[in-house]
Amino acid sequence: MSAADIELGPVPGPSPDPADRDGTANRSRQTLRALLRRPGFLLAVLYVVLVLVSAVAPRLFAPGDPTRTVPKDKLLSPSLDHLFGTDELGRDLFTRMVHGSALSVEATVISVGLAVVAGLVLGVFAGYAGGWVDSLLMRFVDVLLAIPSLLLALAIVTALGFGTVNVAIAVGVGLTPGFARITRAEVLRVKTLPYVEAARSSGAGRTRILARHILPNSWGPVVVLAVLDFGTAILAVSSLSFLGFGAPPPQSEWGSLVSAGRTYLVTSPWLTLLPGLAVGAVVYALNHIGKTFEEIQRWQ
Amino acid sequence: MVQYTVRRVAQAVGVLWAAYTVSFVVLYLLPSDPVSILLNQSGGGAGRPSAEQVARIQEMYGFDDPVLVQYLTHLVDALRLDFGQSVSLGQPVTSLLVDNLPPTLALAAVALLLTLVIGGGLAFVATYVSWRPLRTFLHRLPAVGVSFPTFWVGLLLIQLFSFSLGWFPATGSDGVSTLFLPALAMSLPTAGILAQVLIRGLDDTLDQAHITTARAKGLSRLRIHTKHALKNASLPALTILGLLVGFTVTNAVVVETIFSRLGIGRLAQQAVLAQDIPLVQGIVVLAAFAFVLINLVVDLVYPLLDPRVLQRGPSRSRDRRETPDTLELV
Repeated sequence: MSAADIELGPVPGPSPDPADRDGTANRSRQTLRALLRRPGFLLAVLYVVLVLVSAVAPRLFAPGDPTRTVPKDKLLSPSLDHLFGTDELGRDLFTRMVHGSALSVEATVISVGLAVVAGLVLGVFAGYAGGWVDSLLMRFVDVLLAIPSLLLALAIVTALGFGTVNVAIAVGVGLTPGFARITRAEVLRVKTLPYVEAARSSGAGRTRILARHILPNSWGPVVVLAVLDFGTAILAVSSLSFLGFGAPPPQSEWGSLVSAGRTYLVTSPWLTLLPGLAVGAVVYALNHIGKTFEEIQRWQ
Repeated sequence: MVQYTVRRVAQAVGVLWAAYTVSFVVLYLLPSDPVSILLNQSGGGAGRPSAEQVARIQEMYGFDDPVLVQYLTHLVDALRLDFGQSVSLGQPVTSLLVDNLPPTLALAAVALLLTLVIGGGLAFVATYVSWRPLRTFLHRLPAVGVSFPTFWVGLLLIQLFSFSLGWFPATGSDGVSTLFLPALAMSLPTAGILAQVLIRGLDDTLDQAHITTARAKGLSRLRIHTKHALKNASLPALTILGLLVGFTVTNAVVVETIFSRLGIGRLAQQAVLAQDIPLVQGIVVLAAFAFVLINLVVDLVYPLLDPRVLQRGPSRSRDRRETPDTLELV
């Protein structure tokens, strides 16, 4: 959950420059106030938080059993009793959707977590080492970018086999190059700033400079990308799950739910359209949050 | 210019080789036991494969050779356009790819055309209208396009235009009428990306001094928008063409599956489902080839349209990938 906490915790304020702590506190407050003035942003955060909570504690929103079949209630259209209607076996679709978010959110968190960690290691290493190490690593990243990421994911799934975790790994590998690039760019930028120079000339070691000065100040764009990539990962994970490479049938994932409802598209369109709408709304909310962070960073 | 061309072509070949290598590592070296994956698919039946079967597969695919020998053998074969035998379909991979390519190319061409029309049109209108609420709405719209899963958009279009209105056939790949809905489903996300890049470019261009000059000289708004702003803003958008083609290829996997169309995308879905290693590799390499080729063409054409690139040096090709903000949305 740690990756999700980073994005949804208190808004990451401006990069804390060790020199002016008062200014930082002041600016954080300003940022917070600016964010609170945006109702769209708050709505997006609220929705994403609700989805996260539903992934951790599905019973809170849907106390019923997602696998309980009620044959006489099959294919009911949405109503107050069944918010999203029921499927061909009479299972409540909303309950299945809420319980399905556990697997889907897990897959998303794994893939983005993998991408952030791997990208951070690659990017920091390349940016800090420079020279041939840098060119070599960046060529490698270029190659990964040259294969469309969903196809790379398909290849990885073929090799590893199906299942939620394998799909998550495959998607994570596809997201890594983006993080490597952006981290490297940030490290290169921060590396030349006067206070890093000052730390170096006062005798701080490489590791210390990296951990204390460069990393804490390279976070901003990485966080923005992480939020945006949460959306990307949700789309990729649910696409792969839709194509049938995710968890096997009795379990539900967002993508496989839409896929399962496909057979009844003519008579019961809500079986496919409502779950898909909910997924799209999550991605849109994440995009909106990411964009807002980006705007605020630029504005500062 | 000659030097530039040679360098770009060499780079493209290098990237293609590296992409092949990555696909080889992932598909042939990553699985702990590729032999059993292949055996499961070649109808070895239930139960444990016999030692004889294992030995035959190992010899056929060269798994008993050292890794380097395996790699070089496969690479030489690939250079002769031989990607081996599909395990699940029992035909040479290359002929499967050749058979399935035309419908996908037709679909991709229509989808790209729709992308240009929808994305370009939306960007133009969004920056042209001056009524605030509509302007804000249109500026937000592209983000909606990239947020919804392609499979969902496809199913929605089927429900609307095939089942409710009956305008287009829901599935199949015969005739021109079956092209429109899948192409539309494929083009909406890419149109969203294109519109975002174009809107940003247009907004930036409209702030520049030569626009103010043109306005001061009394040119009409429409003329300024088309002749002065759009021309300038669409040039950088050309650099994301490769990206859009990449998305189109990956969207084809989902869209061809939904609309039950013949093509490379559906072949890819079936190949992965059957864990057909040689076929998946053939498709990945083909897609990487398409992607590299488009980027090469863009790189070679760009200096003709904007000669400043050659003077600015090679840094552009690296930076330009970072222009659109939803670059990686699948």
